[in-house]
Amino acid sequence: MTPGQRRWIFLAAMAGLAAFYVWGLAGLPGFGNYPGPYGDIINRIAVAQTKATGVVSAVNFEYRGFDTVGEEFILFVAATAMAVVLRHLRHEREEDSPGATEDWAVPPASDSVRLVALIFTGPVVVMGWFLASHAQTSPSGGFQGGVILATAFFLIYLSGEYLLFRRISPVDVTGAFEAVGAGGFAAIGVAALVMGLPYLKNFLPLGTTPGAVSSSGTIALISFFVGVEVAAAFILIVGELVEQTLLVRQGDH
Amino acid sequence: MHIFPFVVVVYILAVGLYGIVTSRHLVHQIMCLIVVQSSTYVLLLGIGYKTGAVAPYFYDIPVHTPAVDPVVQALALTDVVVEAAVTALLLAFAIQAHKRFGTLDPQELVQLKG
Amino acid sequence: MGSVRAVLATHVAAVVTPYTIPVGIMDVLQVTLLVLVAAGATAVVLTREPVRQVIVLSGYGVLLAALFMAFQAPDVTLSELTVGAVALPMLLLLALAKVKRREK
Repeated sequence: MTPGQRRWIFLAAMAGLAAFYVWGLAGLPGFGNYPGPYGDIINRIAVAQTKATGVVSAVNFEYRGFDTVGEEFILFVAATAMAVVLRHLRHEREEDSPGATEDWAVPPASDSVRLVALIFTGPVVVMGWFLASHAQTSPSGGFQGGVILATAFFLIYLSGEYLLFRRISPVDVTGAFEAVGAGGFAAIGVAALVMGLPYLKNFLPLGTTPGAVSSSGTIALISFFVGVEVAAAFILIVGELVEQTLLVRQGDH
Repeated sequence: MHIFPFVVVVYILAVGLYGIVTSRHLVHQIMCLIVVQSSTYVLLLGIGYKTGAVAPYFYDIPVHTPAVDPVVQALALTDVVVEAAVTALLLAFAIQAHKRFGTLDPQELVQLKG
Repeated sequence: MGSVRAVLATHVAAVVTPYTIPVGIMDVLQVTLLVLVAAGATAVVLTREPVRQVIVLSGYGVLLAALFMAFQAPDVTLSELTVGAVALPMLLLLALAKVKRREK
């Protein structure tokens, strides 16, 4: 089948699919008329029940906490699977000495990039930590904070210090952090089981001020663990790709 | 304005699928898949929106202010993270395919054997 | 005529209750951002060169984040900004560098 034929067949099929899709979506109550009961119910009772003013995080970590466990393990498995898929094949070898990247025609990082990376690494770490620990207060949460924490490590890599990046985030230690994050989340659920409550029920004291950092029981704790796990998973993923790009060579040439 | 966001959702889906079907580079295909996934975020948030309502965060506004639906926002949040994980794995597969077959053209990869 | 009255009632309610947004401005903002997002998606797909497409994808991520803010979803905005405009282009550029390095 030639590419032209493929394009025409696709356009015909897509016209049919789009027609059905728009017909289906036109049966909804329209944009802006939200009829469903769940959103209103949760908005009304969430602050009183969990003492958390960030209702989306409360939904994520408490009302639908089981989905979040599944999502965290998706990230965990993705990081592991990257290491498996990008394993060393028989005809490759890896260079590990500091002079390995010298003959690769890599342009050195410019001074402005290094300056910006140096200035921003500290504030980015603080920002990521702030976001990961305030999930119950304001629009933040474990996932966003975790990715921003990983970004701080990327800044170090971008400023040209690839070997420093490898040395301060070695695979064993980062893997241990990721395991602590994922395992900690699952362990909180199991701790609720041990006390005779349903899995992942909020059993810690809820605090009195809605939205304070120490309020809302297990939500803050789970958000902390999720932040650690997401940061470690992203560092591992990028570390795998960077190792492929800079260190793995084909045979001996 | 009643179905305009949903028409945009269908358009983004169609454009992304067109990019996947007529692509000549695996990484270009992966980026078109990202576009297709982004259409689902717009759909989820469009369903939960209420005219004249605010974001569901009550630390400085009274608790009974009309707010948009928080459940679909939690779903969309999960969706974004899953997209990143899927893209990372697809890129690993693309790298290995390039190592084995020497080409990243999906229309040539179909005909190669082993 | 009933729908016009309903729209007018919503406008009046939006002005009278505190902590709501003027509905007319929000409508214009959302329609503009939706059109921009559709144009951005077309631009991402029609850019064939992968390295350039990564930059366009990063801009598309920022546009999407603005659209999510107009839909009153700041949590999703944060996630989309960090993942779609920072982490994903990083992964894509690293994979592209690996592929180009081997073709030399």
